[in-house]
Amino acid sequence: MANNPNTKRRDFLQLSTISIGAVGTAAFIWPFIKSMNPAEDTLALGTTEVDISEIEEGQSITVKWRGKPVFIRKRTKIEIEEAKAVNISDLKHPEQDVDRVKKEEWLVLIGVCTHLGCVPLGQKLTDTKGEYNGWYCPCHGSHYDTSGRIRKGPAPDNLPVPPYSFLNETTIKIG
Amino acid sequence: MSGNSQPRKYKNSFLNWIEFRLPIISYLEREYGEYPMPKNCNYFWSFGALATITLVVMILSGIFLAMNYTPHTDMAFDSVERIMRDVNFGWLLRYIHSNGAAFFFIIVYIHILRGMYYGSYKYPRELNWILGVFIYLLMMATAFMGYVLPWGQMSYWGATVITNLFSAIPVIGEGLKTWLLGDYTVGNATLNRFFALHYVLPFVILGVVGLHVAAVHVHGSNNPAGINIKSKNDTVRFFPYMIMKDALATCVFGVIISAVIFFGPNLMAEVDNYIPADPLVTPAHIVPNWYLAPFYAILRAIPDKLGGVVLMFGSIAILFVLPWLDRSNVRSCNFRPIYKWFVMLFFVNFFILGYVGMLPAEGLYLLVARIGLVYYFGFFLIITPFVHLIETPKSLPMGISDVYSGAAEKRPILTSQKEII
Repeated sequence: MANNPNTKRRDFLQLSTISIGAVGTAAFIWPFIKSMNPAEDTLALGTTEVDISEIEEGQSITVKWRGKPVFIRKRTKIEIEEAKAVNISDLKHPEQDVDRVKKEEWLVLIGVCTHLGCVPLGQKLTDTKGEYNGWYCPCHGSHYDTSGRIRKGPAPDNLPVPPYSFLNETTIKIG
Repeated sequence: MSGNSQPRKYKNSFLNWIEFRLPIISYLEREYGEYPMPKNCNYFWSFGALATITLVVMILSGIFLAMNYTPHTDMAFDSVERIMRDVNFGWLLRYIHSNGAAFFFIIVYIHILRGMYYGSYKYPRELNWILGVFIYLLMMATAFMGYVLPWGQMSYWGATVITNLFSAIPVIGEGLKTWLLGDYTVGNATLNRFFALHYVLPFVILGVVGLHVAAVHVHGSNNPAGINIKSKNDTVRFFPYMIMKDALATCVFGVIISAVIFFGPNLMAEVDNYIPADPLVTPAHIVPNWYLAPFYAILRAIPDKLGGVVLMFGSIAILFVLPWLDRSNVRSCNFRPIYKWFVMLFFVNFFILGYVGMLPAEGLYLLVARIGLVYYFGFFLIITPFVHLIETPKSLPMGISDVYSGAAEKRPILTSQKEII
């Protein structure tokens, strides 16, 4: 290095100053960027226990979990048949109905359209349920089937299934 | 430095005292007194001044609204209702601010139309155009965040839909969205930061407006003939001629906006935003503000999440390169018999897109949105770059004074852009 006339001690000093400066700037900016991420209290994973004993076949309820609506539907025999009969190679986001439920009459979904985050219609008996008899998002026209899978419209994915478990026959714990 | 040694210029010794230490007096004299305005400029050239005045009014009314507003999910809606009912003249401040935002966009759209029709974005004013598009982008971001603050149903669901756009970006999308929101859904963290940014961005806009004005003063204003200033006879002084013209335009504008503020303050508002935000119920139709609706129509016209988002951002980004897309060497559409109609159709199309953007995305409306989308991009990517190949421009006048004498017809067609200089 000392033999090369183009490389000077000054170059080393300049490069190391710039490098240290860049690292320092990045270290200074990082806390500011990181402060915009969800805070600890927001992150603290909430769990919700839901009594499902009052839900009749064909009915749905909406509960709130981590600020989002969660749909719980007790499916009818026909709805289960419809969900199972689908050829999964026809689906935009291929998933078997059995992989989306723990007990086949109970369907638990996060009720947020995977397109742009609206809450799809279909929870109330009077709601329009879309062409596949599940849910219909009024914002941009996505249709979901009786397994909450995207069938038509701009949404890219199926309605996600949250982590949940059956505490007993009549209680579900979400989260 | 040389300015410091100049002899005293002003009779008033206080002005001289200032001028010697900070030559702002001569700067104002030069840029807003003597500044040569092409004498053929019409009232379209007043919309820059109108936009600046509106920006100042928005900042002032916003500061006073902020004194009574609470950026918390539990209190935001009620604090806005309190402004409307209990705060002295609170209703007026809020209606000035909400309608001012809509009129700000009306003015800026006319200002942009002026720039596009008369070719103001062309050499040597390209940077000026880019700064203008930046202002427009900042305005859209500011208006969007301001619309969230009243925390009504449209506020909440508008924010949900728009921030979800970012989740379409592959790999980093979800993380980016969460980072923007500060939560998994639109919540208190989101409202707080939107308020902070809504307060500060207008001052950023003010700064960029300063650059925008400084840049146009370097080469001077364009004019309806789109030709350069050749002599002093082509111009009038900014003061009093342009100032008086802008003052009249401001008065007329004041009458129009007052009519809306006092007699139809909710004409451009959505009824659903008077319902407090409910994270569990989405309104049947999420309607954006009309001034953002054209881009919303483009988003919805594509039946694919990522594709829609890319085209929506692309439709704004393409504005930046307009000076390089236009290959014609004639600035003003007054002398471009074909392109003129395409520019006008572009604006009609833009408002049709806005109209269908506020209606449900189905059936005929969806078809219209798709046709509008094709024309929007076709205008920039096909018509603007290539129309000069089939268009014969009318002969340009030799100078601005010839516009009035009718001696325009003798000039041969230009062959290079530099010749207009």
